[in-house]
Amino acid sequence: MAGHAHHEESFISKYIFSHDHKMISKQFLVTAVFMGIIAVMLSIFFRLQLGWPGESFAILETFLGKWAPGGVLDRNAYLALVTIHGTIMVFFVLTGGLSGTFSNLLIPLQIGARDMASGFMNMLSYWFFAVSSVIMIFSLFVEGGAASGGWTVYPPLSALPQAMPGSGMGMTLWLISMTLFVVSSLLGGLNYIVTVINLRTKGMSMTRLPLTIWAFLITAVLGVLSFPVLVSAVVLLLMDRSMGTAFYLSDIFIGGEALDVTGGSPILYQHLFWFLGHPEVYIVLLPALGISSEVIATNSRKPIFGYKAMIGSILGIGFLSFIVWGHHMFVTGMNPFLGSVFVFTTLLIAIPSAVKAFNYITTLWQGNLRFTPAMLFSIGLVSTFVTGGLTGIILADSALDVNVHDTYFVVAHFHIVMGMSAIFGMLAGIYHWYPKMFGRMMNTKLGYVHFWTTLVAGYGVFFPMHFVGLAGAPRRYYDYSNFEYLDFVMDLQPIISTFAIIGAVGQLPFLWNFFYSMFRGQVAVENPWKANTLEWTTPVEHVHGNWPGALPEVHRWAYDYSNPDFEEDFVPQTVPVKAGETAH
Amino acid sequence: MKLITLLVVIAGVIALAQLAKVGQLTSLIRNKREEDISAADTRLNGGLFVAFMVAFYASFIWLIIRYGDYNPPAASAHGETYDTLMNFNMYIIMAVFFLVNTVLFVFANKYRQEAGRKAKFFAHDNRLELIWTVIPSIVLAVIIIYGLRTWNEMTGEASDDALRVEVYSKQFDWTARYPGADGEFGLANYNLITPTNPLGIVTADGVAGALEEIEGQIASLESELAHERGTLLAQIEEVEAELHAAHDHGHGHNDHGDHAEHGDEHHGLSAERKAMLEARLHDLEHMLEGDDVVVLSNAAVEAKEDKVHRLKRHRQRIMEVKPFDYEGGVAAWEAGADDKIMKGEFHLPVGREVEFVFRSRDVIHSAYMPHFRAQMNTVPGVPTRFKMTPTITTDSMRTVLDDPDFNYVLLCNKVCGAAHFNMQMKVVVESEEEYNAWLESQEEFLADKEVATESDARAEAADLENNESATL
Repeated sequence: MAGHAHHEESFISKYIFSHDHKMISKQFLVTAVFMGIIAVMLSIFFRLQLGWPGESFAILETFLGKWAPGGVLDRNAYLALVTIHGTIMVFFVLTGGLSGTFSNLLIPLQIGARDMASGFMNMLSYWFFAVSSVIMIFSLFVEGGAASGGWTVYPPLSALPQAMPGSGMGMTLWLISMTLFVVSSLLGGLNYIVTVINLRTKGMSMTRLPLTIWAFLITAVLGVLSFPVLVSAVVLLLMDRSMGTAFYLSDIFIGGEALDVTGGSPILYQHLFWFLGHPEVYIVLLPALGISSEVIATNSRKPIFGYKAMIGSILGIGFLSFIVWGHHMFVTGMNPFLGSVFVFTTLLIAIPSAVKAFNYITTLWQGNLRFTPAMLFSIGLVSTFVTGGLTGIILADSALDVNVHDTYFVVAHFHIVMGMSAIFGMLAGIYHWYPKMFGRMMNTKLGYVHFWTTLVAGYGVFFPMHFVGLAGAPRRYYDYSNFEYLDFVMDLQPIISTFAIIGAVGQLPFLWNFFYSMFRGQVAVENPWKANTLEWTTPVEHVHGNWPGALPEVHRWAYDYSNPDFEEDFVPQTVPVKAGETAH
Repeated sequence: MKLITLLVVIAGVIALAQLAKVGQLTSLIRNKREEDISAADTRLNGGLFVAFMVAFYASFIWLIIRYGDYNPPAASAHGETYDTLMNFNMYIIMAVFFLVNTVLFVFANKYRQEAGRKAKFFAHDNRLELIWTVIPSIVLAVIIIYGLRTWNEMTGEASDDALRVEVYSKQFDWTARYPGADGEFGLANYNLITPTNPLGIVTADGVAGALEEIEGQIASLESELAHERGTLLAQIEEVEAELHAAHDHGHGHNDHGDHAEHGDEHHGLSAERKAMLEARLHDLEHMLEGDDVVVLSNAAVEAKEDKVHRLKRHRQRIMEVKPFDYEGGVAAWEAGADDKIMKGEFHLPVGREVEFVFRSRDVIHSAYMPHFRAQMNTVPGVPTRFKMTPTITTDSMRTVLDDPDFNYVLLCNKVCGAAHFNMQMKVVVESEEEYNAWLESQEEFLADKEVATESDARAEAADLENNESATL
């Protein structure tokens, strides 16, 4: 493979249909950034309605046209915005964007491989992702609007075009887009697994892998095992919609007509969906945790505390994530005993999660913390992971879930633990590996502005939502003024929306920084963070095959920071073990 | 105004970016690299972590003071247990929240970078790790056991003398049904739903009514299709073609000599047939000139023909609804006649256990009654249940809350369409006597049909309109 390094490539084979994992990673990242911008804009649109219900905003009419006649958001459009915001964020930004970018960039670089096991499959993975992104965005513009039943698209609502306008063409496109997305995800995932198992360089044993790679590996395993189940759910739904089958439908009277279908169960869909849906939460979260492990260790100048316990937690979380899906379904009428089992397995996840949180904090203890923007975001991640994770204990308790299920409490919970944590992890990753991706540095000061506005705005948006939810406010309501008992918490809504706008504006310095630094940023040195991992031994200017000469050989784990046996506070993995040193 | 705000924001970002650029250029002159964090920046960020923590806690406390009484007292027996469990869990998670966040932010500031200091090499410590595996496990065990005890209590079987109320959901309202004097709910079948029988209750009248409704729909569609201009024209053409063919043949343009003698028998028309065709032609032409001729696209004709087929299958399903008896001899077929159906509000007696049976007509909804700490999804085709005992009457709750307008509500908590946000029903809790008097005053399903028909039909029409406007 190394032999290919120097032949000239055309624009198309270098930038468009590239087989090079570094270019594919950049493609994923830039696509995800664009999808993220759209998803944030959609959320601002519906936050305007929620903050100031019924008020007219010219900006809404400008962007949404007939969906916001007179500047007031239409109630069907509201549901479409909520649905597509969720879908894009969960799948396109935090699954495709996060795993696609960093698994692609870091797996070959950190394990010492020339490229992914199959460059061609890797390219296909990106292009399926790109096409599915385009279809998802396109679905916003079809007659009836985009899918509107929430990002979980529960049938019968999503199965019956007569149930709501969004269940027409928009829903069909949603299902097609998701199918392509899953194909992308599987192609990527299989590639990641095979690469990590087979292409580690000499000396890179599994227990010397950086925690990023462990996280990406387990993430890929989760994806490969759970995404096919989503495809089956989606295909059965497509068949119910267009071929007259009744997997999810039974005894339905709608639009003045008794439908010809009996014998299906809408609950079956929920089981299938959440069998993916719950591992999906960890598909989103684990890479973020992996990234922050690496960033925190490097910038604390300390080994990550409890390396083996961290691997154990990742494995534990990965395994448990497959047997907890029922906690999304406590109030569907499932057998209460089955509910109890899911309570037990779900709360077990709190143990490895607690271990991870405490290990991060112990890593900070007596460290020498260097506040790069990546480090700030990683510290922020530890806070959001803990804050959001704790409310999960309430929701996992089936008895308590009864009254807070599907309320703002849930919205607060998953936006903090999954949304904020995963976004923080992703941003930490961007700031940290930007020099590796683009050969230039991002501006640190703008990074600070970005972090502090994002942290304050993020908590400002989602923390008050706990109180709104505990008061009994359902999610996905267009307007709350019909319920007197909610009046007293509704003065939080404008505050939440204001923070949302601040948060969105706070991303502008980042976008500037991101795109400007690609061309004008300070040129990076080979190992700017003085890190131990292998990617920092590759040249700043990308070469095909990653290392111009022979592949590096690994002699130690990735976390020999401030090792007392060495003068410097870091010891790259390629440095041979000295006599008398206790090797890892 | 909005434009100005937007411009200010954009200008702000550009200014910030320019400042950053200036900073970058000056640092270039001083040979400063982005990855070298200055002591001033380190102090600033460390201080900000602590400042953020203080502000975060302060706003949390403000939220607790202002919004901490998020719920009025629980109005059900299990609701009190629920609140105790909730508080117990809340205290635990809040303690952990403050502890961990404080340690995190304080450490972040305390161990910030100092030139010349080397971090402590501290890779693992089995004792520490054991401690923070075991302690959470113990706390979680307590949470699980306590939680599941409450869960079992909440989800156990309802007692035999519990009041049973059916709650039925559809886009976008609720209906409640009480079993009537015989204590048995009538069977329901979604095929029997008509404007006058919104729950599809199975009675002889229900079946007849549904059949009549379907026949009416089929007849009107068939008549519409019969009067479709394109269809009429096609039929006229067909009849004329047959007449002409016969005519041409009679004039003997006969190229096939062999078949000549059979030709007349085969292709010629009997006088009878000819008269019939002419009459038909006349009828068709008459219809074509009538006022009820409609013009439909091919697609519309097809859709309507499809609908006729579907309606005929529907009719078939109605005819298959067979009478049968419940165990103990109650005629299920007729048990529904005395059921009582409520729209807008329903009543419950205080202190008596009530078991809700939930059904749904179209999509999944969720019956959510936050004051009773009660929620259960309603699933089409799959009945669900939830039991509770209301403990505070509406009147007492009004006194407690000092709010004469207070009402308990049942609302929808599973997204179900455009008007999801206003799908509600009033719940009234009152003394047993008041409840009995109220129930007594309610009409039975098949009593005084005239009145029920008219008002329900109007409600149905309004619903349809609601749906329609939602789908535009």
